Amino acid sequence: MSRNFNVSPELAQDIDALSNRARIAGGAALAVCGVGAVASPDQFLRSYLVGYLLVLGVVLGSLAILMLHQLTSGAWGLVIRRVLEAATRTVPLMAVLFLPLALGVGRLYKWADPAVVSADHLLQIKRAYLNVPFFMGRAVLYFGAWSLLAFLMNKFSAEQDAAGAHPASDKLQKLAGPGLLVYGATITFAAIDWIMSLDPHWSSTMFGILVMGGQGVSALAFVIAITVLLARRKPMCDVITPAHLHDLGKLMFAFVMLWAYFSFSQLLIIWSANLPEEIPWYLRRFNHGWQWVGLTLIVFHFALPFVLLLSRDIKRDNRRLTAIAIWLLIMRWTDLFFLIAPEFSKDSFAFHWLDPLAPIGLGSVWISYFLTQLKRRALMPVHDPDLEEALEHEPAH
Amino acid sequence: MTSKPIYGLMAEFDNPSALVSAARSARNAGYRKLDAYTPYPVEELHEALNLHKNKLPLLVLIGGVFGCLAGYGLEYWTSAVAYPLNIGGRPFHSILSFIPVAFETTILAAAVTAVLGMLALNGLPMPYHPVFNVERFALASRNRFFLCIEAADPKFDRERTAKFLEELGPREVSEVAE
Repeated sequence: MSRNFNVSPELAQDIDALSNRARIAGGAALAVCGVGAVASPDQFLRSYLVGYLLVLGVVLGSLAILMLHQLTSGAWGLVIRRVLEAATRTVPLMAVLFLPLALGVGRLYKWADPAVVSADHLLQIKRAYLNVPFFMGRAVLYFGAWSLLAFLMNKFSAEQDAAGAHPASDKLQKLAGPGLLVYGATITFAAIDWIMSLDPHWSSTMFGILVMGGQGVSALAFVIAITVLLARRKPMCDVITPAHLHDLGKLMFAFVMLWAYFSFSQLLIIWSANLPEEIPWYLRRFNHGWQWVGLTLIVFHFALPFVLLLSRDIKRDNRRLTAIAIWLLIMRWTDLFFLIAPEFSKDSFAFHWLDPLAPIGLGSVWISYFLTQLKRRALMPVHDPDLEEALEHEPAH
Repeated sequence: MTSKPIYGLMAEFDNPSALVSAARSARNAGYRKLDAYTPYPVEELHEALNLHKNKLPLLVLIGGVFGCLAGYGLEYWTSAVAYPLNIGGRPFHSILSFIPVAFETTILAAAVTAVLGMLALNGLPMPYHPVFNVERFALASRNRFFLCIEAADPKFDRERTAKFLEELGPREVSEVAE
């Protein structure tokens, strides 16, 4: 049986147009951010960190879901596999985009300031972990691990396309299990390094998995938006059915609940213990206007998507599901903003014009690069053992 | 063949896709009181028989909301009204610590409503059902797929419905005794 899932000329045209527009918009936004970086480097780094983590969430969430699908299989993952793979191939770009943060460590993190450390006994004890050379070394390690996983998942997948199902499918499955463990470990430490250490006195053991839950939401929301876009043209208009969207919608729903569950659990544990090292982190977020950001998250990152995604009809509707997906991406930014921004403005709510501009710039440049990656390969894995099942009209999950 | 009243007419099919297309044809022909019996769930049948809309989701929602309010109410009444205890200086009405219990009672009430509502809506347990009068119906739990058009359907006519079912290409069409 020969089926053609290559990017059709019409689709290629759409992708190129979108990619060009994203590149121009992203370039312009980043140029303005550059001006902001000269004017107020501290604010630039803060806004950049939030935007960077939003995009990184899509990339690493995609990597995790890609590996998860190798372990569980199912039609839902087959129709989005090429989108996920293209997203993982952007890890090197993410490493380059990390450079401003690496250069700005001294401005972002107070544990990197010797004057602060010398006056703080706890930070002197934590210096064995929280010091600049080790921080850089760990970042290199994270990007090395993510690049390797992304490289191997894509390499084996290309082998499967070229040579048929058997040996490559086994390799993909064997890599996915240990790969997910590596993902879990690296994200946990990256979350500690890049977000938690903004308040070096604070600690929460569930923080890593909270970040992972958020990355799952980001990745699925992005993938749903792209899948609906692809489904407008050949070849994917013959592949994607409401049943596929239904499955993806259910997964996004599950990740929204998972994120809410992790967020609530962390709050409940810290609030119940009420320890002086832990509770100030939440006290900052309960006062001075930050509580409204928190309330926004409860209502619009959890309650509203929860109620809407309960509906079977909404999950099977391209337009409405995409609207929720894009909304959730905005909420992902809000959540990261809520995790990071109060650390720099403890006594009053603060919002800078760089806060929205940095994620728009980073996101657009990234999407442009992602689309060029997406175009490179056929949009379905032609030799996957589960392909026929996925192409059925109503796949049995 | 006597003129004794019957429950309906039953057609037996070899595979699920034949059953699904038969169910679709029957609905297109205007039959509304029909049911299908299969050894395992067949997703497309729900669509073909238009079974997706029923009252169960609404019942479960009501059950869940009731469970949430009842659980939270019990916590509020015991901790803040009837027997207030100072626990580590926390407020008597501590929303955060009330949520897990309210969450559990939500699930409990919703799940119990789902089970009982399902039984109430589909009429189980049912000690007697006419379809079992057809001897071959025992195969419905093995490898055969059955479609039954009930005599209660306004369009039902013993001769014409039997002919209609024959045209759908079944293995066999049999009358189901009351």
